[in-house]
Amino acid sequence: MKIFGHKPNGLAWVGLTIVGFFVFLAIFAPWIAPYNQSETVGDTWAAASSTSWFGTDQIGRDLLSRIVYGARMTIGIALATTILSFLIGTTLGLLASTGGNVIDQILSRIVDIMLSIPLLVFALIILSMFGSSIPTLVITIAVLDSTRVFRLARAVSMNIAVLEYVEAAKLRGEGLWWVMTKEVLPNVLPPMISEFGLRFCFNFLFVAGLSFLGLGIQPPFADWGGMVRENGKAISFGLFAPLYPAAMIALMTIGVNLIVDWILSINARPSGASAEM
Amino acid sequence: MAVEQVLKIRDLRIESISGLCLVNNISLELKRGEVLGLIGESGAGKSTIGIGAMAYTRAGCRITGGTVEIDGVSIRDLTSEGRREQRGQHIAYIAQSAAASFNPAHTLLDQVCEMPIQHGLMNPKEAKEWAIELFKALDLPNPETIGYRYPHQVSGGQLQRVMTAMAMSCRPDILVFDEPTTALDVTTQIEVLALIKKVIKDYNLAALYITHDLAVVAQISDRIMVLRGGNMIELGDTDQILSNPKDPYTHALVSERKQADHLSKELDKPRGEIILDIKNALGVYGDFKAVNDVTLNVAKGETVAVVGESGSGKSSLARLIVGLLPRTSGSVKFRGNELSVELKGRSKDDLRQIQFIYQLPDVALNPRQTIGEIIGRPVAFYYNKSPSEVKARVAELLRQVGLPEDYAGRLSTQLSGGQKQRICIARALAADPDLIICDEPTSALDQLVADEILKLLKKLQDDLGVAYLFITHDLGIVRRIAHRTAVMLKGQLVDEGPTTKIFAPPYHPYTENLLASVPEMRTDWLESVLKKRGGSKREREKAAAG
Repeated sequence: MKIFGHKPNGLAWVGLTIVGFFVFLAIFAPWIAPYNQSETVGDTWAAASSTSWFGTDQIGRDLLSRIVYGARMTIGIALATTILSFLIGTTLGLLASTGGNVIDQILSRIVDIMLSIPLLVFALIILSMFGSSIPTLVITIAVLDSTRVFRLARAVSMNIAVLEYVEAAKLRGEGLWWVMTKEVLPNVLPPMISEFGLRFCFNFLFVAGLSFLGLGIQPPFADWGGMVRENGKAISFGLFAPLYPAAMIALMTIGVNLIVDWILSINARPSGASAEM
Repeated sequence: MAVEQVLKIRDLRIESISGLCLVNNISLELKRGEVLGLIGESGAGKSTIGIGAMAYTRAGCRITGGTVEIDGVSIRDLTSEGRREQRGQHIAYIAQSAAASFNPAHTLLDQVCEMPIQHGLMNPKEAKEWAIELFKALDLPNPETIGYRYPHQVSGGQLQRVMTAMAMSCRPDILVFDEPTTALDVTTQIEVLALIKKVIKDYNLAALYITHDLAVVAQISDRIMVLRGGNMIELGDTDQILSNPKDPYTHALVSERKQADHLSKELDKPRGEIILDIKNALGVYGDFKAVNDVTLNVAKGETVAVVGESGSGKSSLARLIVGLLPRTSGSVKFRGNELSVELKGRSKDDLRQIQFIYQLPDVALNPRQTIGEIIGRPVAFYYNKSPSEVKARVAELLRQVGLPEDYAGRLSTQLSGGQKQRICIARALAADPDLIICDEPTSALDQLVADEILKLLKKLQDDLGVAYLFITHDLGIVRRIAHRTAVMLKGQLVDEGPTTKIFAPPYHPYTENLLASVPEMRTDWLESVLKKRGGSKREREKAAAG
């Protein structure tokens, strides 16, 4: 089987399976989960049983159901954030590299200022100012994350923008939009796609981190980072409750990284020393 | 020294990891004091054989058969340690791009002395003395102190000579020269060639000399091996290959190269209406005057060649005309119309009338667009044609440049270098221009492919009446296609006129120097030029400037 015209290797299949599984969970959560995410079904931190396979959480909700619903929330928000962040970052990055020195200087300095403030601190300030609704959360993380995407898009397209086919388009009299979208963009896509996977992982962990701090996704919605925080105390009683969502976060991160590694290996040139060296 | 075979290669076979055969059962022998020229187009396996002689291959290739013996030692049988001992001490390699082969963070002397010290052959003091002796032998200025400079502080020709010194630092028996003069200007090339020839003779070395230029190899080698696609086509004495090639492929190479030595007969023709008129143009990069007070014009349907060495301002002049380098003063008129200083101020029609063809077709075509999109865009952009009209025009243009119509659906990455350059020509023609500026359009191509492109350009000129401003460093091309020639030196136009006049006495002194430096297809050319010149390079430069 081929994906994008390339055959995945063994590890890529592992990654694709993991991610595919979670995406399936996220899409069909209401049909898969045995209970509703906010439904109390038993005692606090009940042990695993045939009715709730992973046991229950700190107020007696079914952990398995919350993990299934949590996939929907956590992956959904991370994906929305990453897409938005790439739209902003890539557009501005291409604009900076092709639009001339003035635009480049203005955009780059703004980004420098934003990058000089630690990401988490920045996010905490904005979220405590505007409150943590899902749209605020997505927009805040996307804008902050787009600075990193901008840096990469600008650097890659700077190398493309000086090539002669871009010059030829300018000599023809093409406008900035054409140069950006038709001449430069298709050629910066390969590195941007692999970066997409990495940024997705990062955003996913960032959302989980914010939830852990209580500023991310708000109850009663389930999300993996929040579940780790809520059930954190159980660990001191020797209970597994927080480990399940934590394992999901780890698994999803590994899965996406395996796919990214594979995409990167497609773009890399064949290398390796000669047999006779 | 006794006559001995220092290098013996038998049935050498090199394949890429994907199984492609790069070098197919090549055998050769080298005696002391002998130079064997390896000649062929790109992909012929010249360099692969050159480094294969050191039992080394580039990443992604491997030697799959045959033997390599250096001084009687079969080095394919050695361990990697043993091979490392051989390399440098018995056989050394001189790469094409000296600038890319030196570490910019170390002085030249450190890099030349590194190898003998590493191999434990000399102590640092001896190594330094030997390096200075080599610098003297290679006629480098200030041999005692030049070694303390960094690679970027010497010129390209000097760096190439320092690299030769580095290769000789362990007193090897065999040198492998991989296109050592290709990146150099003709006037520098001649100096380097003469010195390479001298050191090979003085130190009684054996050498493999890899090049694509028959005239260069004729000066330096005793025998020539012609290669194509990894196979040996012909092996013979230099005189025999040049005067009496047996294989048809060698014959094509030789006769194509000989054409360049003679002026084409069709160059004299009356001038038509002047379309491009440049007056006292000045173009600067900061304080540097790249184009200094140039006055030049191009008439309808003619070819004006701009020649000069690298850095003489040829390409800057082209950029100034199209508006990429805004002129500081002077005027550029097209059909009596003053062109705006900057690209942004020019109308669509101004832009359409002057088209550009680049030196490197690989980077002049967007790898993510199909040929149809690339050629069709100017048609759609300048003439607002419907998709079906664009498609018909693309097919017509492809026919004009000699490519099948179904190439419209392909990506440029699927084409060869010559085909890509044809696409670039088609893209320029799509705008239906009056003038095409060609910036060294053939210098990145193989000899026979370049010949085809020149013929195509000539034919298009006859059919469509388009004028060319042809930038080149190759005087052979000028002799063949240019009606008029302009010679540039340090940003200034030093000589301009009909090609037949420029290439006939009385010469401008700089033009004469340039003309005399272009290798000719006879074995005694280098010696005769050097004899005629006599004096040192500096004296000649003084004469040229005066």
